[in-house]
Amino acid sequence: MSGPVDLAIIGAGPAGLAAAIEAAALGLAPLVLDEQDAPGGQIYRGVEAVAAGRAEDLALLGRDYAEGLELVRRFREAGISYLPRSAVFDLRGGGLGVLRDGRAEWLRAGEVLIAAGAMERPVPIRGWTLPGVIGAGAAQTLLKTSNVVPDGATIIAGSGPLVLLVALQLARSGTALRALLRTTPKRHYRAALRHLPAVAFEAQLWQGLGWQRELRRLGIRLVDNVTMLAAEGEGRLEAVRYARNGEAVRLEADNLLLHEGVVPNLQLSRSAGCRHQWDPMQRCWRPVVDAFGASSVAGLAVAGDCGGIGGARAAASQGRLAAIGAAARLGRIDAGERDRRAAPVRAELQRQLRIRPFLETLFRPADGMVVPVNESTIVCRCEEVSAGELRQAAALGVPGPNQAKSFTRAGMGPCQGRVCGPIVAELLAQATGRPVAEIGHYRIRPPVKPLTVGELAGIEGLDRAPPATPR
Amino acid sequence: MSATDCIVIGGGIVGAAIAYGLARRGLGVAMLDEGDEAFRASRANFALVWVQSKGLGFPDYAAWSRRSAALWPELAAELEETTGIACGYRRPGGVTPALSEAELEAQAAKLAQIRHEAGNQPFEYEVLERPALDRLLPGLGPKVVGGTFCPLDGDTNSLRSLRALHAGLARHGGGYHPNRKVRSIEALPGGGYRVLSEAGERFAADKVVLAAGLGNKALGALVGLEVPVRPVQGQVIVTERAQPLLELPTINVRQTDEGGFMLGASEAEVGLDTATEPGILSAIARRNIQTFPFLARLHIVRAWAGLRVMTPDGFPIYQQADAFPGVFVVTGHSGVTTAAAHALVLAGWIADGALPEELRAFSSERFRVPAPA
Amino acid sequence: MYRRRREPVETVTVLLDGQPVRAAVGDCVATVLLLADAADYRLTAVGGVARAPYCMIGNCFDCLVEIDGVPNRQGCLVPVAEGMRLRRQRGRPRIEP
Repeated sequence: MSGPVDLAIIGAGPAGLAAAIEAAALGLAPLVLDEQDAPGGQIYRGVEAVAAGRAEDLALLGRDYAEGLELVRRFREAGISYLPRSAVFDLRGGGLGVLRDGRAEWLRAGEVLIAAGAMERPVPIRGWTLPGVIGAGAAQTLLKTSNVVPDGATIIAGSGPLVLLVALQLARSGTALRALLRTTPKRHYRAALRHLPAVAFEAQLWQGLGWQRELRRLGIRLVDNVTMLAAEGEGRLEAVRYARNGEAVRLEADNLLLHEGVVPNLQLSRSAGCRHQWDPMQRCWRPVVDAFGASSVAGLAVAGDCGGIGGARAAASQGRLAAIGAAARLGRIDAGERDRRAAPVRAELQRQLRIRPFLETLFRPADGMVVPVNESTIVCRCEEVSAGELRQAAALGVPGPNQAKSFTRAGMGPCQGRVCGPIVAELLAQATGRPVAEIGHYRIRPPVKPLTVGELAGIEGLDRAPPATPR
Repeated sequence: MSATDCIVIGGGIVGAAIAYGLARRGLGVAMLDEGDEAFRASRANFALVWVQSKGLGFPDYAAWSRRSAALWPELAAELEETTGIACGYRRPGGVTPALSEAELEAQAAKLAQIRHEAGNQPFEYEVLERPALDRLLPGLGPKVVGGTFCPLDGDTNSLRSLRALHAGLARHGGGYHPNRKVRSIEALPGGGYRVLSEAGERFAADKVVLAAGLGNKALGALVGLEVPVRPVQGQVIVTERAQPLLELPTINVRQTDEGGFMLGASEAEVGLDTATEPGILSAIARRNIQTFPFLARLHIVRAWAGLRVMTPDGFPIYQQADAFPGVFVVTGHSGVTTAAAHALVLAGWIADGALPEELRAFSSERFRVPAPA
Repeated sequence: MYRRRREPVETVTVLLDGQPVRAAVGDCVATVLLLADAADYRLTAVGGVARAPYCMIGNCFDCLVEIDGVPNRQGCLVPVAEGMRLRRQRGRPRIEP
């Protein structure tokens, strides 16, 4: 694998797959790289294996998941160059460093598309680091890839469409679901009503209501307006506490599945020097891009949830637009053809994003689910730094997350701030009374994947490495 | 307008050490700092308190480094008592390994020369062959032929040290003002100075210390001081944590008190670029695997690039502004090693109002090419 | 705690702390440890506290496990293979010089 590639696509989820298919149709020779060993990203993870070996589970996992099968099949049929089990550890305009099978290599590429998807927003409640506490999406991954479900008394807590879906998938699978605790504040329902007429006919809305009905039919207890959520136990989860309408509740549990929506995976776009902006509606940072996903760094584009949350179908449309844009920038098509091809995709994208304002208003995470309330709650899981220590650093007057990082070690662990970054930003905003948009973020530098010193020492193809983009 | 005894411009290891040193002497101090994205060599260094190779051709600096290393235990103890924060300073001695006989000879010759220039001042070091080195450092690779050892060398946790200095400053009543990049320094008619931030905030003091690293060049120009500093980039790799293995730091590889291994070093003149570069990181990895082959198996947790504050001869600049009495500049790229001397000695001289004759050699006058006769 | 919904069709045998364990083709290493004992996954390098995977997609680094002699590998990103040697991590790994 050494010749230059015209379009390298990082990520084999809906955005990456759709981009690859579109790029191939436009006469490009794309290369898709992905960390997993099969295409589908996270949302369609394991879809080929499930379809081949566990067809009865497709019904359990739902129609949206099964849609991914079609996309993956089209990708396979197009015969596109594909490198699974490949991690991109360095990215800049013009090329990327790839780690695969214990070997590191620099690949040159005319254009790179980051389609790295989303991650679950971290939920730093007290006790969230206890074994037994896991993301709802993470539990769903276990179901998809290994047909594994939580055993023992299980509670799902949080807000967002995934909470209902996972609850339903697990309930259908026979998991002992004690309760579904919804943390959506009451006032969000009122605020979301404003967007309701526009989305009254959205299938997704009715689908969600259908899920809720089925859950009730299955006898799952739904609790609304939950606050002060906490996990407790010695060395493992033993019980979940919460407050509701002034009443304190304690439920014994073996598993707690947390979810407060998803946020973009920004490690690659940050480390490559792309400009980002704070999105107040989504309550997260996202890369600044043009109408075709092109970022502020020449040769780097972004598509799908890693550019801002829009869901799987919107991700596929954005992937297609990014491929069209890349083909134009590479000179394969002219601006006229680019716009002609893009128009129907853009119209579809608009339709797919119509429900977002409603969802983002309704499921906006409550402050108490985004910033720890207790001083002892861990903020940086890797370095085991508590909210109290970070507030102490804020009191010392640190100018921002990078100085807070150097004073507390938060963000210095192996996850490189992927998980604690959003929490630290919100915590510093709260502590200093400044808006999150002003707070800034950790400085992220390659390598962004844990290759070994030996693998880096033996890297091949570096003579092809372009100079770094000055920042 | 807030008025105090001394304004220190710069909140890195140099500024914080000076500010702490002034505050512990009872002066009112305001330490001004830039924002979160500033270059901050203090966050990007290798954390060595290193003496063995310092000051070739400049014996006053060699002596100053040794003096600072000797004072480090006192600084660390004082900071821990005042703030509860342990700097993590240790002095097990340090080693510069040699990967060939030629390297070892060159190192030995350099140290011999430094000792010669030290005159009757003690400078202890040893040139060790491989068997002796194996007793100090496990896991040395086959190419290592020996190394030079100096008992005064050591390291610290530079981030905790900086934090301790900040906390110590606060304990002594000093003020820390981040997000205040300095726009101007003006002499006040009745004496003293007014310092203006970019946002228009005013600070006044009898004395001003420029300790802003690369920013000292522009700041110096405001007060008639030539401060010829330029950035020299160095990249560093940090690995995952392991059980303690290396008890001594070496010039390019040290194990931190947290257990990760830090790997350096590189030098590149790339302006103000703090991006890491895979070719340079790979070269650092390759070189250090030769010294310690076991490093090859460790995962890299992160890498960074720092900008050394480099003067034309690599030695610090300590100077007071002739035309602006009470204004001082303190700058150099060994801020960690010299932190103790800065806090416990230099700050005292600044508090007393003048730098002594013995520091004259550190003035930037030394860079002036004399006019032809 | 976790359980399989059905017996897997295709399996491999791996060693977990020296003991043979049957795993399904398609399992990632993290799944094997979770099925064995989700409350005894690993002890951290900093404080020696008990942790288990949180995100399962390679971001949280709480799924760290020693695989075939190499410590600190992300269990959620590594598919199982026949004969793989897995060891739970207790604090910082020891490096053999």
